Amino acid sequence: MEPKMLNVKIDGISVSVPEGSTVLEAAHAAGIKIPTLCYLKGVNEVGSCRICVVEATGARGLVAACMHPVTEGMEVKTNTAKLQKARKGTLELILSNHNKKCLSCIRSGSCELQGLCHEYGVDEDKYSTVPDETIYDDSAVHMVRDDSKCILCRRCISACEKVQDIGVIGLVNRGFDTHVGTAFDRPLGDVSCVSCGQCIVACPTGALHEKDQTDEVFAALSDPEKFVVIFPAPSIRATLGECFDMPIGTDVTGKMATSMRRLGFDRVFDTNFSADLTIVEEAHELIDRVSNGGTLPLITSCSPGWIKFCEHYYPEMIPNLSSCKSPQQMFGAIVKTYYAEKNNIDPKNIVCVSVMPCTAKKFEVGRPDQDAAGVPDVDIALTTREYARMVKLAGIDFVNLPDGDFDHPLGSSTGAAVIFGATGGVMEAALRTAVSTLTGKEDDNMVVFNEVRGADGVKTATYKVAGMDIKVGVASGTGNARKLLERVKAGEQFHFIEIMCCPGGCINGGGQPQQSAEVRSWTDLIGLRSAALYKNDANKAIRRSHQNPDIIQLYKEYLEKPGSHKAHEILHTTYIARKKF
Amino acid sequence: MIRSQVLCCTGTGCSSSGSHELAAEMEKQIAAAGLTDEVKVVKTGCFGLCALGPIMIIYPEGTFYSQVKASDVKEIVEEHLLKGRPVKRLIYSEAIEKDRMLSLSDTPFYKKQKRIALRNCGVINPENIDEYIAMDGYLALEKVLTTMKPEEVIKTILDSGLRGRGGAGFPTGRKWQFAAASVSDVKYVCCNADEGDPGAFMDRSVLEGDPHAVLEAMTIAAYAIGGTHGYIYVRAEYPIAVRRLEIAIKQAREYGLLGDNIMGTGFSFEIDIRLGAGAFVCGEETALLTSIEGNRGEPRPRPPFPAIKGLFGKPTMLNNVETYANVAQIILNGSEWFASMGTEKSKGTKVFALGGKITNTGLVEVPMGTTLREIIEDIGGGVPNGKKFKAAQTGGPSGGCIPAQHLDTPIDYENLIAIGSMMGSGGLIVMDEDNCMVDIAKFFLEFTVDESCGKCVPCRIGTKRLYQMLEKITSGQGTLEDLDKMEALCHHIQQNSLCALGQTAPNPVLSTLKYFRNEYIAHVVDKKCPAGVCKALVTYTINDNCKGCTLCARNCPTKAITGAIKEKHVIDQTKCVKCGLCFANCKFGAIEKK
Repeated sequence: MEPKMLNVKIDGISVSVPEGSTVLEAAHAAGIKIPTLCYLKGVNEVGSCRICVVEATGARGLVAACMHPVTEGMEVKTNTAKLQKARKGTLELILSNHNKKCLSCIRSGSCELQGLCHEYGVDEDKYSTVPDETIYDDSAVHMVRDDSKCILCRRCISACEKVQDIGVIGLVNRGFDTHVGTAFDRPLGDVSCVSCGQCIVACPTGALHEKDQTDEVFAALSDPEKFVVIFPAPSIRATLGECFDMPIGTDVTGKMATSMRRLGFDRVFDTNFSADLTIVEEAHELIDRVSNGGTLPLITSCSPGWIKFCEHYYPEMIPNLSSCKSPQQMFGAIVKTYYAEKNNIDPKNIVCVSVMPCTAKKFEVGRPDQDAAGVPDVDIALTTREYARMVKLAGIDFVNLPDGDFDHPLGSSTGAAVIFGATGGVMEAALRTAVSTLTGKEDDNMVVFNEVRGADGVKTATYKVAGMDIKVGVASGTGNARKLLERVKAGEQFHFIEIMCCPGGCINGGGQPQQSAEVRSWTDLIGLRSAALYKNDANKAIRRSHQNPDIIQLYKEYLEKPGSHKAHEILHTTYIARKKF
Repeated sequence: MIRSQVLCCTGTGCSSSGSHELAAEMEKQIAAAGLTDEVKVVKTGCFGLCALGPIMIIYPEGTFYSQVKASDVKEIVEEHLLKGRPVKRLIYSEAIEKDRMLSLSDTPFYKKQKRIALRNCGVINPENIDEYIAMDGYLALEKVLTTMKPEEVIKTILDSGLRGRGGAGFPTGRKWQFAAASVSDVKYVCCNADEGDPGAFMDRSVLEGDPHAVLEAMTIAAYAIGGTHGYIYVRAEYPIAVRRLEIAIKQAREYGLLGDNIMGTGFSFEIDIRLGAGAFVCGEETALLTSIEGNRGEPRPRPPFPAIKGLFGKPTMLNNVETYANVAQIILNGSEWFASMGTEKSKGTKVFALGGKITNTGLVEVPMGTTLREIIEDIGGGVPNGKKFKAAQTGGPSGGCIPAQHLDTPIDYENLIAIGSMMGSGGLIVMDEDNCMVDIAKFFLEFTVDESCGKCVPCRIGTKRLYQMLEKITSGQGTLEDLDKMEALCHHIQQNSLCALGQTAPNPVLSTLKYFRNEYIAHVVDKKCPAGVCKALVTYTINDNCKGCTLCARNCPTKAITGAIKEKHVIDQTKCVKCGLCFANCKFGAIEKK
């Protein structure tokens, strides 16, 4: 059924939109931008900040464009003097209860409140009031909650409750005393938060941000005793450019490597290498379980947010988890065992720094049973955002850098590795290797698996491989993970499931560059970012993990074979059942 | 054979004054006098004259006893019930003219009233459905279900001119039309019994005194719009009302007047009760509905309107208790009857809760068009203690203050808005010369700040800043510039808030600024509070009338007064906390309050 189209006028511009559209959507269709603050399309549509107020025929007084449905013939004005005055007044009220120390704020320059205040020429001292004492919660490993900068837009709550279907944060008290908090205002580190950071990327201000560890990295770099290696995740090369205002979806692999060189890291490696390694180990694990009646479905374990979610909310599914460490952790383990031994370096002097799209990686770094060489496999997990700050602080002109290379042997990778960053990427990479192993040959028609690509929250497919029907499932976002897991618990049979904590996969991780609600609402962020990864894969000569010559060499020299005793000691880990409350 | 009935008011006011114990004592004394088969004690709802409770009316004479104590009961039984001699000293004084006993309806309090919504309050035992039926109860429902089509019912309500009594005054018939027009398998008919305005107890009295009126009306409404389920959302602070509703629902179900196949006509309608949890904002339509759904009680923008998409996403119609209380009478007596009362645009009657500086605090119901003066002076008995009237506040925290110059305004929805106030739910608070209008505005803002749900910026932060500005002014630190800033903020909150709570929150400030600007100026320029209320701006001093009796010094809570016996005392201003105890107790007029 085609929806009925309605004709409306926004600032005199005629536009036709489907019935049920809001004024904001109609304005967007007309190419008119109405300022918003609490709005996040499909996630947080409440009409509470009152910034998007407009004058509309037929409306009683000013109405919120993000909520107000259009009617046939409606005429809307979005930018009259009255509206400017109204928005300015609302901004000044917000500021009267806001920590205005922009200079030291992590979001200065990308803060949506700051941006609007500049545009509207507000007087930040209109109300000479001193904001009340607020909560500053840095109890969690990965992030800080600073209530003094919260504007109560509720975007974080919606991300946690509605998108991730977890809901560890909500509104406490009412009226002026309202604040965002956990149940009974318990420290975030004490509740079953999975550290996904989706709240951070939803937040318009500096109220929520990752714990910044750039100081620690600079200190290590300055320490002559330390051998500092860096290894970025697959998705970083598709997103890092955004921190330097490059178009979304620009592949900056070469510039990224050069910038790392310039920062002075002793070795510039690539997590993609260990992504290939993870596939070889995990494909072996899958075939082993399928052949020998092991617990099925096998569920991927490279997303630490998903792992923590599984431990808190679905501990009964722990036996399904792959025992493989994540690529980040495998990488650190290989550096501090294989690489250290081969190059005669004391692992205690190696500092492994990863650049990750993820805040949960900060939690993963401190997990037990992640210390192959007797010291933590990885020392510091930086988010994309922190890495960009390091580059800027070092005065590196990122945009104009020449392309560089990663160091060998831990810098080479295949196309299968790079697509890890998109939802379905791990699944596709694993299928490429599993198919080759099961059929004994390399079939060029079994390289691209379209059914597991795309931004749908839950994807399923069945592939006929060597006479077997392999049923696979892919979910991204813990809300979607729940749906798929409930199907499994209800008896639906799967062999292999990929679960990523963040909707869309790592390219939309909690550690990725901040994008305003304007971009998140109207741009296909997930599509554009993941396209860069798939293109990178398509251009690779080698697209199957098990064909990476340096991986083959690693097994030959050190690990012997996938699933070997040594591989298990170094590259596999265990999980903990955690309480929900 | 019952020859006499003793009606004891057991509304909340009289109950608090021990009317239940009074009724029990009456039963005891009647039994002791051997009159159990002749005299019946009936516990009723609110008679309205709350200032003089506990109230007892004895029929058939209609003798109105007021401020009855337990110790009076024996005398009433012996003198009045046994010997037929009413106890004059206990009779409501206004009911006695020279030596003649007036009928209740001739007393100044009741003379100008027209009790439609309150018709059964104080007359029937609300816990007995048979008494409701005896007063033509459920006859309207029968008429509707057996002789009227849904469209006819809606037309009747529309033509009557009935407007929402919750405060907004939206034409009730139109609301029913919208709901009827929505197509859905499930439709909800709800009752807003979350009466939250401070000082308002109209809905409470109807629920406590005549709960079936609401049930019958909701069922009629359901028939008219195609409703299938109903909810009465009552504030939890009304336990008596909740209990009376539960009893009424149970009795109505037993009699086949509610539930499946009502009166055997095939029409079914269920009503359940939902309790509020202490949030004024849940009296707002969308907040109320989302509260029933189990969510945080917060309003949402409209459209979509609940008549299209309301409770659980279904078409929903929500009306106020008092609105419903008029429905059965309109059906029985016809739309023309209702429309013959009131003004051109505001038909029928309105219940007001009189409070503050007024002799006859209580509940009254008057035809629309009655003037404020008539309500305050004739019915209300005027301002007590010889004080001068200053202002009347209608509409609670959403309303405005009306000064003496507007006392002859005929009350209706439009007139009250034109003079800067609003009808509101019916709370009418009277203020005299001892009230500070700036302090009054601050009082209402304090309420609003506490009750704001916190969702939208203009209300959550704006009302708080507004309140802080009023605090600044009443503590003597305000400036003229603050007045302008305050007024601008008022308009901002009015124009930008998401719901009516925020949109009307500045009304008390704006109306007091309009009519009593001189008081604001006195506070900011002269640093004085003309009414002597704002403690920071009041100074107590002792003048030459002082006889040195030491009474004030001995009772001062902060020992701020010093002086020897028989010598003029002195107040230490640094210690004085302006409690006013010395001023209130000095027999020599030696304490001055400036």
